[in-house]
Amino acid sequence: MRFTKDHEWVVLEGDVATIGITAHAAEQLGDVVFVETPEVGKTVSAGDAFAVVESVKAASDVYAPISGEVIDANAVLGDAPETVNADPENGGWFAKVRLSDTSQYDALMDRDAYEAFLQTQ
Amino acid sequence: MSDTPLKTTPLTDAHIALGARMVAFAGYSMPVQYPMGVMAEHLWTREHCGIFDVSHMGQARLRGVSPLSAFEEVVPGDYIGLKPRRQKYSVLLNKAGGIIDDLMAGRPDDDGLFVVVNGACKDNDFRIIDNELAGQVSVDRLDDRALIAVQGPEAAAVVQRLVPAAADMVFMDIRAMPGLGTDLIVSRSGYTGEDGYEISVPASEAARVWALLLTDERVRPIGLGARDSLRLEAGLPLYGHDLDETVSPVEAGLTFAINKNRREQRDFPGARRIVQELAEGPARVKVCLRVLEGAPAREGAEVADLSGAVIGVVTSGGYSPVLKGGIALAFVPPELKTAGTALKVIVRGKLQAAEVVASPFVPHRYVRKL
Repeated sequence: MRFTKDHEWVVLEGDVATIGITAHAAEQLGDVVFVETPEVGKTVSAGDAFAVVESVKAASDVYAPISGEVIDANAVLGDAPETVNADPENGGWFAKVRLSDTSQYDALMDRDAYEAFLQTQ
Repeated sequence: MSDTPLKTTPLTDAHIALGARMVAFAGYSMPVQYPMGVMAEHLWTREHCGIFDVSHMGQARLRGVSPLSAFEEVVPGDYIGLKPRRQKYSVLLNKAGGIIDDLMAGRPDDDGLFVVVNGACKDNDFRIIDNELAGQVSVDRLDDRALIAVQGPEAAAVVQRLVPAAADMVFMDIRAMPGLGTDLIVSRSGYTGEDGYEISVPASEAARVWALLLTDERVRPIGLGARDSLRLEAGLPLYGHDLDETVSPVEAGLTFAINKNRREQRDFPGARRIVQELAEGPARVKVCLRVLEGAPAREGAEVADLSGAVIGVVTSGGYSPVLKGGIALAFVPPELKTAGTALKVIVRGKLQAAEVVASPFVPHRYVRKL
C-alpha cells in the first residue's frame, strides 16, 4: 500500500490501482454521510479532484493519486457511506484505476514515510 | 485573513482540555467539535442535553430614561409592549430594510434592556445602536460575561436541579437571579429547536459553571459544527448566510418579528420597503428544502425549477442527522414557496430532486406553558 500527502491510499495489482482515503483522513472527516465516486470510463490525471466525500459539516474533494482510466467504483458507498469510517483502508475503497504508467506508484510514499509525514502535520 | 490573534473565551482552556478541535470563528478560537464528533453531538442534544460555549456572542445592557421606546428606533418589534422578565427576537435594520443582525432583547430585571447579538457582528451592532440612539441610551457592553447554552429534552431537568428558581420559566422568559453561587441572567431559549436555557455568567465563574454542568451524566459538550446542523434542522436562519444587509425580514420569513402596531406606525428603518413587501409580497422568500437524492446541497448551490432554469440559491444547507438526508434553506420566487413544490438543486453540475417543505424540518420542542 502506498500513500499521498492528500491522505489517499493506493494498492497496485498488475496495472490496476485500488484507491481510497486513509484511516487518518476518515477520522479527521468524522462521520461520512455521502460519497461521490468517479464515473467508470473517465480518464483521470494525478492531482485531479476525482471524488467527493461529505461529512455532516462539509464536502471535501478526493484527489486522484495517479493517472489512468477509472474501471470500477465502489457501489457499496452509495447506500453505506459510513463504510469509509468503519473500514477506510479496505471495504471503504473509492475506485479502481487502470494505470497508464505503473511507475507512478513507486513515487508514492510507503507506510513508514506516510506515518512520518503525519507526524509533521 | 488578517494576522490579528484569535480571541479566547473564558472556556477556551476547558475546550482544549476536553480534546476539542478548535477553529477560528467570529474572531475567536472556538470548538467546532469534541472527540465525540458532530453527528453524535447532534443526536445527543436531540436525545439528552448538550452544553455550548457561546461566549463569543455580544451581551450588552441598554440603559436610559426609556430604553424600550428608544430601541424601537432600530428594530421593527414591539418593545414598548415587552413585559418584564420576557425577551423577544428581533432584527437590527438598515435604512433600506436590510438586516444588520438578528438578536434577542429582553427585560431580565429593571435595569434597562439586555441584548444578545451575534459574535461576528457585535462591534458593528453596538456602534450602530450607540450612534443611532445617542443621548437616549448608553450601550454598556458586558464583555466580562460568558454565555452557556444548555439544550435538549433533558436540559430542563439538568438546569432546574442546579438552579431551582428557573423551574417556573417558560419559553422566552428571562430573569436575572442569584444562582450557582454567582449572579446569572437566565433565559429559556436557544438555537437548536429544543427546550433549554441560555445562562449568562460572570467570566470569572464560567469555567466552574461549565465543569459543574458536565458532572451531570446527561450532559455532553457540543461544538459549533453540531450547533449549525441543529439550528438548520430547526429551520432557524444564520446571520451572514441566510440573513445579510440585502435581505429583509419579510423575505427571510421573519414577519412575526414585525409587530402590528409597528407596521401601522411605519417608524422603523426601512419601513417603506418592509410595509410594501408585507402588502404586495417580496421578490424572493426563504424556503425549507429537502434534497431527495444525491449529495447534500450546501451554501451557494443553485436552485432550479423542473425545466432546469436557475431560480434561486441555497443560503445554508447540509446533512440532517435526524432525517438522514440533505436539507437546506434557500431563497426562491414567492410563487414557488408552497410546501410540496418540486424543485431541483444543482450540486457540482448535477440536477437533483428537491422539495419545498414546511419549516421547521424537525419539530420545535419549546416549553410554552407549564
